[in-house]
Amino acid sequence: MANEGVSRGRRRFLVAATSVVGGAGGVALAAPFVASLQPSARAQAAGAPVEVNVSQIEPGQRISVGWRGRPVWVVRRTPEMLDLLPGIRDRLRDPDSEQVAQQPEYARNPHRSIDPEIVVLIGLCTHLGCSPTYRPEIGAAEMGADWAGGWLCGCHGSRFDMAGRVYRNMPAALNLEVPPHHYLSDDVILVGEDPDGGTA
Amino acid sequence: MAGNTADKIQGGVLGWVDARFPLSQLWNEHLAQYHAPKNFNFWYYFGSLALLVLVIQIVTGIFLTMFFKPDAELAFASVEYIMRDVEWGWLIRYMHSTGASFFFVVVYLHMFRALLYGSYKKPRELIWIFGVLIYIVLMAEAFAGYLLPWGQMSYWGAQVIVNLFATIPYIGPDLVTWIRGDFLLSDATLTRFFALHVIALPLVLLLLIVAHIIALHEVGSNNPDGVEIKANKDENGVPRDGIRFHPYYTVKDLVGVGVFLIAFFAVVFFAPEMGGLFLKPANMIPADPLVTPDLIPPVWYFTSFYSVLRAVPDPFLGVVAMGAAVGILFFVPWIDRNPVKSIRYRSSAHKLNLAVFVVTFVFLGYLGLQQVTALYGELTLRFAVMYFLFFWLLWFHSKERSAVFTLVSFVLLVGIYSFYDYTRFDPANAQLLLTAWLLPTAYLFVTMVVPLFARSLGRDRPVPERVTA
Repeated sequence: MANEGVSRGRRRFLVAATSVVGGAGGVALAAPFVASLQPSARAQAAGAPVEVNVSQIEPGQRISVGWRGRPVWVVRRTPEMLDLLPGIRDRLRDPDSEQVAQQPEYARNPHRSIDPEIVVLIGLCTHLGCSPTYRPEIGAAEMGADWAGGWLCGCHGSRFDMAGRVYRNMPAALNLEVPPHHYLSDDVILVGEDPDGGTA
Repeated sequence: MAGNTADKIQGGVLGWVDARFPLSQLWNEHLAQYHAPKNFNFWYYFGSLALLVLVIQIVTGIFLTMFFKPDAELAFASVEYIMRDVEWGWLIRYMHSTGASFFFVVVYLHMFRALLYGSYKKPRELIWIFGVLIYIVLMAEAFAGYLLPWGQMSYWGAQVIVNLFATIPYIGPDLVTWIRGDFLLSDATLTRFFALHVIALPLVLLLLIVAHIIALHEVGSNNPDGVEIKANKDENGVPRDGIRFHPYYTVKDLVGVGVFLIAFFAVVFFAPEMGGLFLKPANMIPADPLVTPDLIPPVWYFTSFYSVLRAVPDPFLGVVAMGAAVGILFFVPWIDRNPVKSIRYRSSAHKLNLAVFVVTFVFLGYLGLQQVTALYGELTLRFAVMYFLFFWLLWFHSKERSAVFTLVSFVLLVGIYSFYDYTRFDPANAQLLLTAWLLPTAYLFVTMVVPLFARSLGRDRPVPERVTA
């Protein structure tokens, strides 16, 4: 490069200015590529709420429906199951649902549901997303005599009670998530939408 | 016309090419005139074997791509189509799936060779760093490839690994949605993993391998004696203990290739699933987002690090620990500051340390494949601690340490994990906890404290001037 009669300051300014503009262009160009990896409009539309009729669920029975590709469990708990919930408090990590992100405000109560009998949970372990096994038998032999019913995750052994609350010293640190839901009538739940119409 | 370039032209086709492209120069610099130490042993096969597996994976991969359909509805069936209807399709697929596992076998042995002979030490730090990068990209490549058949184990294995990112505070959940491209693992995830597996990651891998070899040929190979052969050159500038890579090592490596291919095809033909280690039975079932298999172990080559993840109760700290278990490899050239490279001249304490590390790594791998029980959980924690203690000891053995420093650091280290044991002490498990406590403690005691009393165990030996064989 010829250096005769050159203004070094101007050269440095021009090099810096073009680099900055070029760099900004590069970042701007990266934005659409990064954004293209977000869920597409079709994937977002597929996340629409689903209706569940709970009138046919027997006491103690669990049904599983798909919402946003995730299993959503609806369980009608027996009175015996509900009676056991307060007694295991001190064996739970978060008995009072203090982690607010794990359930909507209307499910932040001892039974974690709108109707005490019917609990709605997202059936994925909060550790690494496996789907736990339903073990409703109270005192089931291999779960221990003090087992109050609930779920056992086959992947890493996390245990949850009949309200989806996680036991202490488990790989999972959070209670099972309660999805936004509300009752359209006495028998029909809409999963995926809050009572005020908000979504997750 | 026959002007100033005439002196470069030696005639013939080769001369014509050489005047335009440094063909002979490349051939000479990297093969015919590249001098490698004459004392390479068995462990030096695995570099060239890794290249061989790479070629197998690329060639079989190209052919698989011709028949595979990267679509959540079609992927599983297209793999079955390859296995049943495509002429020789089963062979091509089994070569690819077996090749993935053999890639890791070969790479693990290759990395162990570097630990044996100190091949990461000055001036070869960058070779090692490129190597660790290759290893990490290889893990990403294998992980992306494992999702493609869209079986139950593909799906749930990917679910577990992708959800590791969800443990990152604040940005975690959004980051995972971005990685998956959906609110769950779906077609969007499959197609992007396919793009990464067949083009993006292989390109990065090839570039890193080129960098690895260029760096190697710049400084020259280490050898089982850890002696720098370039320090002793004859009047022509050729290392006295070096021999030409071609034909001497190309021919030697061909023997290794022969033995390797016998083992490789024995697996391809007689045990392509390797009892569930290479291909899992659950992966013969199409992916179902609503049903989780009972046990979701990763493929065997990830399980050592997976165990480190499981050893830590807190999910995010578990991910950090697992990342650290891989990431610490980058720092090995600066952790092990002992000037003696080869294990042949290192102290008995160091030899024992490396031996325990091999046992630790293999046993962590075994534990990662098992269901968590009280016993296995406790062992996982202890061996995870021992995994990291290896690197401490690697630094500790960089030179002879004083008795005071040895004892103080010993008590401090034992104190740290004993304090953690104290916080989680539970009378019901006391016996198991205390017995397991002996594992890392005995490990540290024998490799650190015992050499204080038997000084010869902690002493390195003199390194010869020239290579010995």
